[in-house]
Amino acid sequence: MYTYNAALAVVSMTLFGGGVGFAEESASYGFGRPATVAEVQAWDIDIGPTGSGLPPGRGTVPQGAITYAGKCASCHGATGIEGLQTQLIGGQGSLATDHPVKTIGSFWPYATTLYDYIRRAMPWNAPQSLTPDEVYAVVAWLLHQNGIIPADMIIDAQTLPAVKMPNRGGFVSDPRPDVPSR
Amino acid sequence: MSSPDQEKSVHSNRETPEEEHVGRRTWLTSAVSAMGLTAAGLIVPSLLPAAEQHHSDPTRVPGRIPSPYGTRAPGETAQRLTTATHSLTPHQVLHGIITPSALHFERHHNGVPTIDPDQHRLLIHGLVERPLTFSMNEMMRFPSVTRTLFIECSGNSGKEWSGPTGKTVQETHGLMSTSEWTGVPLATVLAEAGIRSETAWVLAEGSDAAAMTRSLPLKDVIKDALLCYAQNGERLRPEQGHPLRLVIPGWEGNACIKWLRRLKLGTAPFMTREETSRYTDLMPDGTARQFTFVMEAKSVITSPSGGQRIEPGFVEIRGLAWSGRGKIATVEVSTDGGGSWKPAQLQVPILPMCHTRFRFGWWWKGDDVLLQSRCADETGYVQPTRAALVAARGVHSSYHYNAIQTWKIARDGQVTNVHI
Repeated sequence: MYTYNAALAVVSMTLFGGGVGFAEESASYGFGRPATVAEVQAWDIDIGPTGSGLPPGRGTVPQGAITYAGKCASCHGATGIEGLQTQLIGGQGSLATDHPVKTIGSFWPYATTLYDYIRRAMPWNAPQSLTPDEVYAVVAWLLHQNGIIPADMIIDAQTLPAVKMPNRGGFVSDPRPDVPSR
Repeated sequence: MSSPDQEKSVHSNRETPEEEHVGRRTWLTSAVSAMGLTAAGLIVPSLLPAAEQHHSDPTRVPGRIPSPYGTRAPGETAQRLTTATHSLTPHQVLHGIITPSALHFERHHNGVPTIDPDQHRLLIHGLVERPLTFSMNEMMRFPSVTRTLFIECSGNSGKEWSGPTGKTVQETHGLMSTSEWTGVPLATVLAEAGIRSETAWVLAEGSDAAAMTRSLPLKDVIKDALLCYAQNGERLRPEQGHPLRLVIPGWEGNACIKWLRRLKLGTAPFMTREETSRYTDLMPDGTARQFTFVMEAKSVITSPSGGQRIEPGFVEIRGLAWSGRGKIATVEVSTDGGGSWKPAQLQVPILPMCHTRFRFGWWWKGDDVLLQSRCADETGYVQPTRAALVAARGVHSSYHYNAIQTWKIARDGQVTNVHI
């Protein structure tokens, strides 16, 4: 580990033409203070595709319908299709057509991203205001409306990462440069 | 694209010279009064002609005293075009390569947060030896680096995928700007926390109402990414991520997380919404390219450009070229829609991952013209035609549109955006 850090410091000095005399010294300037467990927990809100970070709690499709109608439908439409903002439902099978419709059901590769994004950024006017149960429930409703989970499925930290999204295999890495010259 | 804010702003700019002038006139009047009637009778007609009171001879009147923070010149009315989610840089009226900080484009995902820099912290955790938290004072104590770099939104020119949409270069290419950025290398700060050897990705998170997040491959960002606190000599503008933002040379603006509050090291990408549902490039076969970070070489003629009108005679064709892969090597200009090309003059210094200003002296004879610029970067990559780009990617990929831009000049001198 120490070797790696020292190497990084040397690399960065070389890149920026530093030569100020720090390169040979320890990587540590002694700045920063140890983060407390509470500080990390307060901000550590990301949910990985394996489900890492998912909190306790659970939600059902009927509960989600209520939360969605109260806190999401005004922007996304009563059914998740007709709203002024991003369409959430439908579009499956459209990606390779002349009119692709990118929604949760047609495009999103991981169900865990739903929890992560809704928790951190929604509702638009009150981000991070939903309880874990509310987030799980809205996620359940959105997945069900997209035909991905049955109406009686409970979504929680165990079941969500196991949900297979229809477009899970739809992403490729960056092949550029990909356009022939002249 | 206009908004109430914009109109208000225009109005207030117009007020400034007026107020200044009233002040000067008042001073003159009182000074003249103090001199007595005889003197006033002699002086007033020459100093304050009734019809030309806005054009007093500045060599005969003391000027304004120094001010703590300057204002721009009377008549300089360049404005960003604003929408609810972004604003666009007015390249058609700018010079050189530095975008004035107040005109740097904006893109945010739920507004510009209000952050107290003294309270702001950067947390580094995950696969590190020592989870650490840094104050802004500590960030600014690290050895610093300054680089002049472009930042381009991957959606810049994105509406052009579906046809010639933008009327002006501000609308077609306004989601990019260049600033001189100062900060500390990401590598320096991560080393302080101790990177564990299994780390491959870094999650960067903003302190805005979108808690904006992107996963970044460590092997790339460790080379030259900066944690920046200053822009063009002063602290970052609020809309540019004050007090701290990532700047990754040559990468799409979305990856340069603003209002940075957290870096989490991990073994794999975190698959956030902004790197799955968004900022991925849909191809005609229905697959989508992911983690397409680099902005490929691109150029555009900023003058003459859409919405402008030129006169026959000498016209200096001016534009910008840039590449996320390094330095611009050449820029060529065509006046016949790509049938023939001539080299443009490049303004030195030519910096990597930075706007390069190009110029081409030209005499317009009043005929129909299809004006284009085409750049190549130091890797040998040549900016593609629209036809070649669309042949490779279709028209639904939304992001990373870098085709040659065509401006049509009609015989009346009017310039419009066309696709050929």
